[in-house]
Amino acid sequence: MLHTLSLVDLASRLRDRSLSAVELSQHFLDRIDNASKLNAFITVDPEQVRTQAESADQILSTGDSHVLCGIPLAHKDIFCTEGMKTSCGSKMLDNFISPYDATVVKRLANAGMVTLGKTNMDEFAMGSSNETSWYGPVLNPWSEQRVPGGSSGGSAAAVGARLAPIATGTDTGGSIRQPAAFCGLTGLKPSYGRVSRYGMIAFASSLDQAGPIARSCEDAALLLDAMSGHDPLDSTSVNNDPSTASAQLANTISGLRIGLPKQFFEDGIDPEISRAVDVAIETLKSLGATTVEVDLPNSAAGIPCYYVIAPAEASSNLSRFDGVRYGYRCEDPVDLADLYERSRSEGFGAEVKRRIMIGAYALSSGYYDAYYLKAQRIRRLISNDFDTAFEACDVILGPTTPTTAFGLGAKTDDPISMYLNDIFTNTVNLAGLPGLSLPVGFDNAGLPIGMQLIGKFMQESILLNVGHQYQNVTDWHKAIPQEYQA
Amino acid sequence: MRWECVIGLEIHVQLKTKSKIFSGSSTAYGAMPNTQASYVDAALPGVLPVMNREAAIMAVKFGLAVGAEINQTSIFARKNYFYPDLPKGYQISQFEVPIVGAGSIDISVGEKTKTIGITRAHLEEDAGKSLHEDFQGQTGIDLNRAGTPLLEIVSDPDMRSPAEAVAYLRKIHTLVRYLEICDGNMQEGSFRCDANISMRRPGDELGTRAELKNINSFRFVEKAIEFEIERQIEVLEDGGKVVQETRLYDSDKHETRSMRGKEQAHDYRYFPDPDLPPLVIDSDTLADIKKSLPELPEEKTARFICDYQLSHQEASLLTVDKTTAEFFEAVLEKDSSLTAKLVANWIGGELTARLNKESLTITESAVSAESLALLLSRVNDNTISGKIAKDVFNSMWETGDAPDNIIEAKGLKQISDSGAIESIVDEVLARSVTQVDQYKAGQHKVLGFLVGQIMKESRGKANPAQVNQILKQKLES
Amino acid sequence: MSITTDDVFAIARLGRLRINDKDASHYAESLTDIMDLVAQMNTVDTNTIKPMAHPQDVNLPLREDKVTEKNCRDALLQIAPSAEKGLFLVPRVVE
Repeated sequence: MLHTLSLVDLASRLRDRSLSAVELSQHFLDRIDNASKLNAFITVDPEQVRTQAESADQILSTGDSHVLCGIPLAHKDIFCTEGMKTSCGSKMLDNFISPYDATVVKRLANAGMVTLGKTNMDEFAMGSSNETSWYGPVLNPWSEQRVPGGSSGGSAAAVGARLAPIATGTDTGGSIRQPAAFCGLTGLKPSYGRVSRYGMIAFASSLDQAGPIARSCEDAALLLDAMSGHDPLDSTSVNNDPSTASAQLANTISGLRIGLPKQFFEDGIDPEISRAVDVAIETLKSLGATTVEVDLPNSAAGIPCYYVIAPAEASSNLSRFDGVRYGYRCEDPVDLADLYERSRSEGFGAEVKRRIMIGAYALSSGYYDAYYLKAQRIRRLISNDFDTAFEACDVILGPTTPTTAFGLGAKTDDPISMYLNDIFTNTVNLAGLPGLSLPVGFDNAGLPIGMQLIGKFMQESILLNVGHQYQNVTDWHKAIPQEYQA
Repeated sequence: MRWECVIGLEIHVQLKTKSKIFSGSSTAYGAMPNTQASYVDAALPGVLPVMNREAAIMAVKFGLAVGAEINQTSIFARKNYFYPDLPKGYQISQFEVPIVGAGSIDISVGEKTKTIGITRAHLEEDAGKSLHEDFQGQTGIDLNRAGTPLLEIVSDPDMRSPAEAVAYLRKIHTLVRYLEICDGNMQEGSFRCDANISMRRPGDELGTRAELKNINSFRFVEKAIEFEIERQIEVLEDGGKVVQETRLYDSDKHETRSMRGKEQAHDYRYFPDPDLPPLVIDSDTLADIKKSLPELPEEKTARFICDYQLSHQEASLLTVDKTTAEFFEAVLEKDSSLTAKLVANWIGGELTARLNKESLTITESAVSAESLALLLSRVNDNTISGKIAKDVFNSMWETGDAPDNIIEAKGLKQISDSGAIESIVDEVLARSVTQVDQYKAGQHKVLGFLVGQIMKESRGKANPAQVNQILKQKLES
Repeated sequence: MSITTDDVFAIARLGRLRINDKDASHYAESLTDIMDLVAQMNTVDTNTIKPMAHPQDVNLPLREDKVTEKNCRDALLQIAPSAEKGLFLVPRVVE
C-alpha cells in the first residue's frame, strides 16, 4: 500500500523505477477524491498534478534527481502558488490567483516534488480548530465529530488520513504542532528564520514559521532539509549552514539531558495526556536520556503576551487586503470609504475581524505602552527563561496540548477557551525556538496524544534525532485511522 | 504688540538610487504607469521588503554633512493608514530611532547669518500616485513611485520669516545636490516641502500650528508662508483660534485651504516592522562614508574666496551648485593665466544668461569649460575685446565651432596696430569738429561719444585701451 | 477593562471595518474578555526589561542598488478588481 510507505521507501521505488511518479500521485488523488467529506483540501488540480508528475518521471529516468523527486505533497493554502488559487482560507482571496511561487513552493518544486493541492486552514491562520475557514470546517480523520486542530487543520487531516504522504504547514502559536498532536502526526515548527517566509501570507511576521507535517521524524527531516535555507528575499532568513537533520537521525541520544518544566505538568492537563507523556519519558530514559526539572516562571504570561503581539502585527499585515489591487471587492462601492469598509467587512470572517480590532486597539494612541510594549518586555522574559533552562538541559519536554481533539463547535463561541489551546506552544514562537510534536499514545476515546520537544535556536536536528530514536522503538506514529488504512 | 511667526520645515528628499528602497524596481521618472511596480511594490500577499544599501549610505552622507549624530542602529517602523496609493496599508518609515539624529545648518539672509537646527532625518518609502483625471469619475492609481526611497529632513521650529524658510530650503537643496543624493528636481517631485507655521507674541510659548502641504517651488514656499501668516494673524486678531490642521496651498488662487476628505486626527499606530531587523551602520562603513564626502558648499566658498581672491558674493554664486563650481575650476585649469574674476564674471554673466534662456543646466551647456577657456584666453592676450568675445561666444554656442576659427573666419581679430588705429582716429576727428571743440572747451564726457564712433568705424575690433590713449593724445596735443 | 460598543466602532474604524449594532455588542463582550486575559500581563514586573521586538538578534541584510525587476504590469492588472489604461481604479478620491 503506497500510502503507508515512508518517504525513504517511496524514493527508492521511484529511483529504481518500480514505481512512477504519475502512478504514485494518482494513488493519492484517488484517496483525496474518496475522502472529500473531510474537507481537507481547498484546491486540487489533477491536470497540474499529472504534468508535474510526468516531468518528475523524466528527471527520475535520468538518474540525477533530488531524493524527494516524484514524491507528492500538499501545501497549506497560505503559500502562494503561481497560477493556482491561494485563498488563505478566506473569502477575501477566494478569487486570488497568485502570479508567483512562495520560496518554499519553489524549492520543493525544484526538488521535483509534486503538488497534490492546497489544504484547508483557519482563515489567515487565525484559529486552533480549522473552524474559521471560509471553506468550512475540516473533520478529524480519527473522529468526524472532532476538529483536526488548526490552523494547519487541512494539512494535518490530509496526512492523518494518508491523502498525502506529507504536507507543509505554518505555525504562529502552535498551528503545526497542535493539529499534528490532534491527528497523531509528527509536526515541526523550525527556528524562526530557518525557513523563508517569502510568499507565505503573513499573519504575525515575528512569529510565523513554515514547517513539515509528517508521519514520522524521518519524513519530517527530509522535508525540512529541502524546504529550509537562506533566502535573500526574506530579510529575517537566517544565513548559516543548511539544515542536515536527515543525516543526524541515527545519532545516539545517550546522555541527552531532558528538561521538564514544572509549569507544563501542572493541574488542568488531561490526566490521560500526563500519563502518556510520562510513559514516553520513561522510553527516552531507557534509550540513555536523563531528566532534570527546569523552571519557566513566566510561561503563564505567554498567552496574554501572544494575544497582544500576534494581533498587533496581524492588524497591520492584513491592511493590504483593501479591495484595490487584488482579492475581494464589494459590489458597487459608492465611495472610497465604502469600498474599504465593505470589502473588508464582507471579505473577512468574524475571528479575523476580532483580531484586527484587538491589534489596532493594542497599538492605538494611549494604549501602546500598556499593551504592545508591555508584551514585548514579557516576550524577553519568556525568551530569557528558555535560555536559563537550556543551561541545564539539551531539550525541553512536555505535552503539546492540554487536551486531545475537542468537538466541532465546542469552542467556536468562546474565543478565550480556544486561545488557551496554545498554552504550551506559543511561548516557543515568542522565543523563536524550534518545537516538535510527536504522537505518544491515545486517550480512552481513541484520540491521539501529542508530546512536544523544544530545542535550542537552530537545533531542530536534535529534536528530530530524539524523536526518531523514540519512533524507532515505538509504533504510535504508524497508527492510521481505521477508515483510511486500506 | 507685534506677532512673531515660527516656522519649521519638513523636506522630503527623493534619494537618487537606481532601484527602490525595498525592491529591485527601477526608480526612473516618467515611465508608463505601473510598469515599474513589482509584486513587492504592489504589496501582493506574502511579499517581503529587502533594504537597499545605497539608500542607507546616502542618508548617512546627509547626516555627516549637517554635523548630525548618526544612529548606528536605527529601526524601521510601520506607519499605518489606508490610502489607495499606499499598497500595504502602512508606510515603512522610521519613528523612534531615525538613522540621522540632531544636526544643524547655517543660513544667510541679507547680512545676517543664523543657525537652523535639524531635529532628525529618517528613511522611508514614497507612496504611489493618485491620478484624478477622468476615468468615468474614478481615480487611477499608478504605483511606479511607490517604494522610491525618501529622506525626510525635519527642521527645528527655528525660522522667523518666509525669507529664512526659503534660505534654509535653498541651503538644503544645494547640499543634497552636492552630496549627489538627490537630483533636486522640484517639478518632478524629487524635492518636496511641507511647512509648519504658528504665530505667537515674542517670548510666549509656541502657538497652535497649521501644516502647509504641496508647496513645490521656492517661489511658492515664500508666498504660501506669507499668505498663511496673514491668515493666522487675521484669525488671532479677530479673537479666534488657529486650528491644528493640514492646509493645502493653491498656487493659482494664492491661498491656503483646509484639506477636506483627509482625516484630521490620525492614529498611525507606529510599531517596529517585524519584517526588517535593525539597520546597523558599522564603524568601518561610517568611516568610509566620511572619507567619501565631497567638499561641501561652505568649504568650497571659503576656499574660492581664499584661493581665487573672489568676493563672498562671487564665490557664493559659483558654489550654488557643484557643477557650476566644477565648471569654473575646469576653465581655470585649462588656462591658468586667466584671472578668476574674468572667469567668474563670464560664468555669472553670459553663460548663466544663455543657460537660463534655454532652460538648461550647466552640464548641458553647449560651450564646454575648455572652449570657454580658449575664448577667454583670446580676450586675455588682446586678440579680441571683451565685447567681441560675446559675439564669438554666441557663435560658439550656435555652431559648436572653436573660438579661433570663428575669430579668423569673421575677421574679428582686434586691431592693435597703432598706425591703423591712428588713421581711424584721425578720420573720426576730422568729421567730428563740433565734439572736438566741445572737448577742448572742457566737456570731457564727449570722449565716450568719440570712442564709440571709433569703435564703430573699426567694427569693434580696435583695441579699446589703445583707442583711448591715442585719442586723448590727439585731443590734448 | 471594559470595552464599550463605542470603543468597538472606533477600533473598527481604524481597521476600516464596518460593524453593525448587533455585532458591535457581541464584539464588545468578547474584546472585553480578551483584554481581561491580556491584563494578566500586569502581574509580571517588567520595569527593568528591554522590549523584544523580534526573536532574532541580527542586523538588517542590505542588498546592492541594482534594478532586478522587470515590468510585470500585465500580471498585476490581470488580477485587479478594476483597471483601465494601465491604472488600478478606485472610486474618486476627494482631496
